[in-house]
Amino acid sequence: MKHWYMLTVVGKDRPGIVAHVTSALFEGGGNLGEASMLRLGGNFTIMLMAQYDGSLKALERLLEPVIDSMDLHMHLDKIEGHLHEHVQPDVRISVFGADQPGIVAKITAALAEAGLNILNLESDVAGTQDAPLYIMHIEGEAREGIEALRSALAICAHDGVEAKLTPVETMVG
Amino acid sequence: MAELSIITYPDERLKGESQRVEIFDAEVGAFIADLEETLRAGPGAVGIAAPQVGRAQRIVIVDCSAKRNTPNNGRMMLVNPEITEWDGYAVGREGCLSVPDYTGNVIRAERISLEAQDEHGVPQHYHCEGFEARAVQHEIDHLDGLLFLDRLVSRRNDLFRRKVYK
Ligand SMILES: [Zn+2]
Repeated sequence: MKHWYMLTVVGKDRPGIVAHVTSALFEGGGNLGEASMLRLGGNFTIMLMAQYDGSLKALERLLEPVIDSMDLHMHLDKIEGHLHEHVQPDVRISVFGADQPGIVAKITAALAEAGLNILNLESDVAGTQDAPLYIMHIEGEAREGIEALRSALAICAHDGVEAKLTPVETMVG
Repeated sequence: MAELSIITYPDERLKGESQRVEIFDAEVGAFIADLEETLRAGPGAVGIAAPQVGRAQRIVIVDCSAKRNTPNNGRMMLVNPEITEWDGYAVGREGCLSVPDYTGNVIRAERISLEAQDEHGVPQHYHCEGFEARAVQHEIDHLDGLLFLDRLVSRRNDLFRRKVYK
């Protein structure tokens, strides 16, 4: 019986991490589902749904050689693999501004209160060391309507922080 | 009339170039009626192109009239459609009957003008904008063997506020 696991990998970025990790998985009889792989501040990060016939321990043993050889860290969790059930976002929110402590916490707390379910969030620190610029993109579901989110944003975006909300209407054809 | 079955990626028939309709006879009329029935049966789709049911002919139906707050021409029967003018660009989200359970962001012209014939071969002229313009461009792509997968823009670098001009 095939099981689903969530594989988390973190390490200093270098070329070949994705190829080595996914090859080890594939050659050991595993398969991959949805994944997110990103370089974050010089580190490479993988969150990957892995489908595998054996136990968590066996999968760990399978991946250990490649993880160790590339100086990475991994973590495995047994999960339920619900594929083919994507939830469509109906709103997109961008936040730009001077980097300030607490900005993500403040804005996401206000949005959660107003009914936002986050499906995808990406944030970057741009600018320079002396003048960092914070950029965040969120896609989500407005469970209590777009207007509730708009009001929440209007209250918490100020002092050089710009927040934009765009309704997302997916065209299917 | 009959509902037709939608073919899905990676079926090769989605990648071919469709042929112009030259003869507007009863057989083509019956096919168009079936294509429309198929569109209406789809879950929330606003457009369909003949190659999506495996017929390589330049026939598209778009109907955005069920979408609130979007300017639209109602039911558009587009045979041999040609876009003649493009203006502005915008990023928007698309899905496709031929690519189930996936949506992605695509850049399209915001306003277009097009020439087409209706189901009887009578020339028509349309202006479309926004959501409807997006739908028409998506469907005409099907006639040229292109899917929205060919035009995806990266989520991470998607500064969707930015408008790109030619
Ligand atoms: Zn399509």
